[in-house]
Amino acid sequence: MLKTFSRGGVHPPENKLSDSSGIQILPPPQRVTIPLSQHLGVPAKPVVDRGDPVKTGQIIAKGDGFVSSNIHSSVSGKVLKIDNELDPTGYKRPCIVIDVSGDEWQENIDQSANLVKEVNSDSESIISKIQEAGIVGLGGATFPSHVKLSVPRGKTAEYLIVNGVECEPFLTADHALMLEKGKELMIGIQILKKALKVSKALVGVENNKPDAINHLTNLARNHEGIEVLALKVKYPQGGEKQLIKALLNREVPSGGLPVDVGTVAFNVGTVFAAYEAVQKNKPLFERVVTITGISIRNPSNFRVRIGTPISDLIEAVGGIPDDTGKIIMGGPMMGKAIGDVTIPVVKGSSGILLIPEALSKRRKIQSCIRCTKCITVCPMGLEPYLLMPLSQKEMFDRLEENKVLDCIECGSCSYICPADRPLLDYIRLGKANVSKIIRSRKSS
Amino acid sequence: MNSIILYTILTLSLLGAVSAMVLYFVAQKFKVFEDPRIDEVESSLPAANCGGCGFAGCRNFAEALVKSENFDNLHCPVGGNETMDIVAKILGRESVEQDPLVAVLRCNGACEFRPKTNHYDGAATCSIESALYGGDTGCQYGCLGLGDCVDVCQFDALHMDPVTGLPVVDDVKCTACGACVKACPKNLFELRKRQKKDRKIYVACMNEDKGGLARKYCSVACTGCTKCFKVCPWEAITMEANLAYIDSEKCRLCRKCVPECPTNAIIEIGFPPRKEKTAEEAVSGSAAENPDVKINQAGEETLKKNIKKEE
Amino acid sequence: MNKVITVSPSPHIYGDYSVNKLMLGVVIALIPAFVVSVIMYGIGAIIVTFISIGSCVLFEYLIQKYVLKTEVRITDGSAIVTGLLLAFNLPSNLPWWIIIIGSLVAIGIGKMTFGGLGNNPFNPALVGRVFLLISFPTAMTVYPKAQGWNTPYIIAAEDIDTFTGATPLALIKNGIKSGKGVNELLEASGLHYNDLFFGNIGGSLGEIAAFALIIGLIYLLIRKIITWHIPVSIVGSVFFITGALWLFSTEGHEAILNFMNLKLPVIQYQDANATVTLFHMADPVFHVLTGGVMLGAIYMATDYVTSPMLPRGMIIYGVMIGVITVTIRIFGSYPEGISFAILIMNGFTPLINRYVKPKRFGEEVKNG
Repeated sequence: MLKTFSRGGVHPPENKLSDSSGIQILPPPQRVTIPLSQHLGVPAKPVVDRGDPVKTGQIIAKGDGFVSSNIHSSVSGKVLKIDNELDPTGYKRPCIVIDVSGDEWQENIDQSANLVKEVNSDSESIISKIQEAGIVGLGGATFPSHVKLSVPRGKTAEYLIVNGVECEPFLTADHALMLEKGKELMIGIQILKKALKVSKALVGVENNKPDAINHLTNLARNHEGIEVLALKVKYPQGGEKQLIKALLNREVPSGGLPVDVGTVAFNVGTVFAAYEAVQKNKPLFERVVTITGISIRNPSNFRVRIGTPISDLIEAVGGIPDDTGKIIMGGPMMGKAIGDVTIPVVKGSSGILLIPEALSKRRKIQSCIRCTKCITVCPMGLEPYLLMPLSQKEMFDRLEENKVLDCIECGSCSYICPADRPLLDYIRLGKANVSKIIRSRKSS
Repeated sequence: MNSIILYTILTLSLLGAVSAMVLYFVAQKFKVFEDPRIDEVESSLPAANCGGCGFAGCRNFAEALVKSENFDNLHCPVGGNETMDIVAKILGRESVEQDPLVAVLRCNGACEFRPKTNHYDGAATCSIESALYGGDTGCQYGCLGLGDCVDVCQFDALHMDPVTGLPVVDDVKCTACGACVKACPKNLFELRKRQKKDRKIYVACMNEDKGGLARKYCSVACTGCTKCFKVCPWEAITMEANLAYIDSEKCRLCRKCVPECPTNAIIEIGFPPRKEKTAEEAVSGSAAENPDVKINQAGEETLKKNIKKEE
Repeated sequence: MNKVITVSPSPHIYGDYSVNKLMLGVVIALIPAFVVSVIMYGIGAIIVTFISIGSCVLFEYLIQKYVLKTEVRITDGSAIVTGLLLAFNLPSNLPWWIIIIGSLVAIGIGKMTFGGLGNNPFNPALVGRVFLLISFPTAMTVYPKAQGWNTPYIIAAEDIDTFTGATPLALIKNGIKSGKGVNELLEASGLHYNDLFFGNIGGSLGEIAAFALIIGLIYLLIRKIITWHIPVSIVGSVFFITGALWLFSTEGHEAILNFMNLKLPVIQYQDANATVTLFHMADPVFHVLTGGVMLGAIYMATDYVTSPMLPRGMIIYGVMIGVITVTIRIFGSYPEGISFAILIMNGFTPLINRYVKPKRFGEEVKNG
């Protein structure tokens, strides 16, 4: 019996079309646009000026405060401008635009392919190296990793949870990384265990990746304190809270953090980035991105430099299919639809999905028939059929009572609704409004 | 038979009398003392309960008025100065005259000027669309046309124009309560001072992009070229972030800035057509009021004429 | 890029469920019961069913288009299901004009006045049925004897006694009132439990064949259209309450005495003539298989719009329906009480929904 989370969840078609494609390297583009805010927290402040030459891996923006992240150049060339450009938020935000020439890396980065096994740094220096390298959660949440590793006083961490689940349909970046960089991942896990001062690590992988499970299980035999577990294929198994529930049967309390139940979770991409940062002095400036879709002839995984425009990725798989209706950054359940292919790849971009026109339009909204399917599938035990009209009618006190802030925005409710109601649209709006009210309540 | 009727009448009368006495005593014992002036003030208010005063309903506003010492920051936009005078008389205080205001939409990006670059298919409210991205046109500052403002107006003063895709303010019905200002996620509404004959001159644009970029996506955008700023004799125009702004307090409606604007981003409403120029070039009001006037065409011609003038 | 890209919030894929697929599932589940009703009642069953469905759909169309002037949504299938369920609550010889009035009340008053699908607090088919029961009591309580294809649809007044008979429940209830015991009543009528299960009895179109309804239930559960909570809690509570009462009746006393030599007390009461009478009651299996309990539990009470949302709420709802049904059956003046019970509990559904909340994730901190 495979472990899983007990409540809710849906099973959309997996469509892991790019499963068998390994990781190809996408060469640097001609121009990169690097947003100053690719993470949760305060945007970084630029430390270069127009006209400055930069090398690959050179720091170009410094994190502003503790909950912020450094940003490094992913290319070598010259800074063209620091200006407002369209980024994945859908708005023009401050970005550093660099004209690329050559690919000269910073001298201190170890570019060799050797596996560096010994972890010589201690906990504090690991955390500061990770902060220096600008590492954020690559699963999509982009929370600065050094903040997560700094366990607050009064709380203890018992387990390191490694998220290799990749529950979103279509995406295979994490799968490819686990297959090709398994050894590095193991060392990365030891590094993070040392940083957190824990002795046990659990790696969760969904059961539709048996090759990755076998590979990692074999590797884990040579490492102490790492256990690999196969999990039932159910969306959203990759959600932090659902993963912890499945692995340890512990529920993160409402409004709390995973560290409240003694766990700290990281995506496999983040673990690999931590290995590169601590063992190779390589900051975060590239990541694996899946480019996929039903109409794409050869869906693939690429290692892409941050700041590469999406159009380059699409060109690399043969150009945009004629029947494309939607372009999604991320997976089909939680990804963000974008309207412009000049938007760049950022730290949190796990994939680009092209959806055909025929599947792009929503069906007509009907009135709620109270079938209770949304309640059945909600992994957080909420009532989406109620949260939507409360949000529409701006009844914020009842929204708060009904725990709208617990929503992880997984989209299972909108997915399952037979009446095609835009439940998640309104729940997000309700969350934003309630958060605003709570912030003003706290400050007054 | 008679005794039945007699007993019935007696019993019911007795019940009625006892109930009346009980109700009277309870009403007296649990009576909440309220300043009777609150009721008087409340009845003189427009009873719209719109929240434009900043209070939760006319009764709360009446209570605040009675409790406060003066009328600082206490003004009913729906009732206006008339109502505040009446309230002042009731409470024996000085009322402060406030300029009546009217809501103005600072965007003229109709479908013909600002083409769509993608198709939005989410829930049809401006707040959700604006949380997702900048909008389905190339201008991330402009009106989304889904009508959150229309839904929130309690005075029936806002209606969506199906041709332009922009909301239209009915000057007569608008009470400047401020609901549309709060509802618009792009902050496009402004409460500006009402002028005589409801004339208006304002920059119908909130675009902060640099000139070339702004014009690329909307032909009536403000490019921040500063031509209007240079020509205004009253220093009513300020420039900030590639955008001009006309202060309605300082503006004397002299109309000098309107023909200066190369993109027709400045709109004048309620003026007679200019005698010196041809009817084609008279820019009167938004496309909604004068659908026959091809502002775009006129704009191009005016631009050419103005450039020729400067040379 | 010449194509127009669509932008909308996540999720970007959608599941297979739709309102009309769910409604179609309910119709398919009712096919076995319909087949049995045609086998038992012949042409009358077909006429009543089709007039009911047809008039429900027609009234929904007319009201949406001309009265409310909103979008016409008859394609969602909910009017068809209402028509079918209304028909299943009617006798097979009900005059066509009464059926049409029933449809008008069910759709017009029971559904459209509240705003259409999703907004009605009461089950529309039951609203129509109860309205007809109260307005046309004789027509609604006179059931033709099941004679297969030869069952007449139109029965003249003088032929009523020949061609019609009472339902088993009515038979028992009236018999008990006149002082007879249940066992002798059953013997006299020639009814066996097989008849109750397979439908060879008098009753409305849908309620006769328990086995056909159970086949439908299994189909609905497999397709995940309904969950087990409401049907099981209604049937369960009817069974246990009637069972508890039956144990202390003369029939129960006799059966338990024969079965395990245990002497249970028998309830005694004063009847209308102030004579002390012994309590008579049919056994729980009889109660579950007769009347509208099976039809009501599986198809009427499980109507999405009018039933509670959470499993715990559904069980409370189902148990209370059972309590009210048994109360009306035993102590009330109608032989069958489930229609009223469901309508009463429909009224409580919003209250149940307000206070029964799902268990939120992270409510209690569990430690592995």
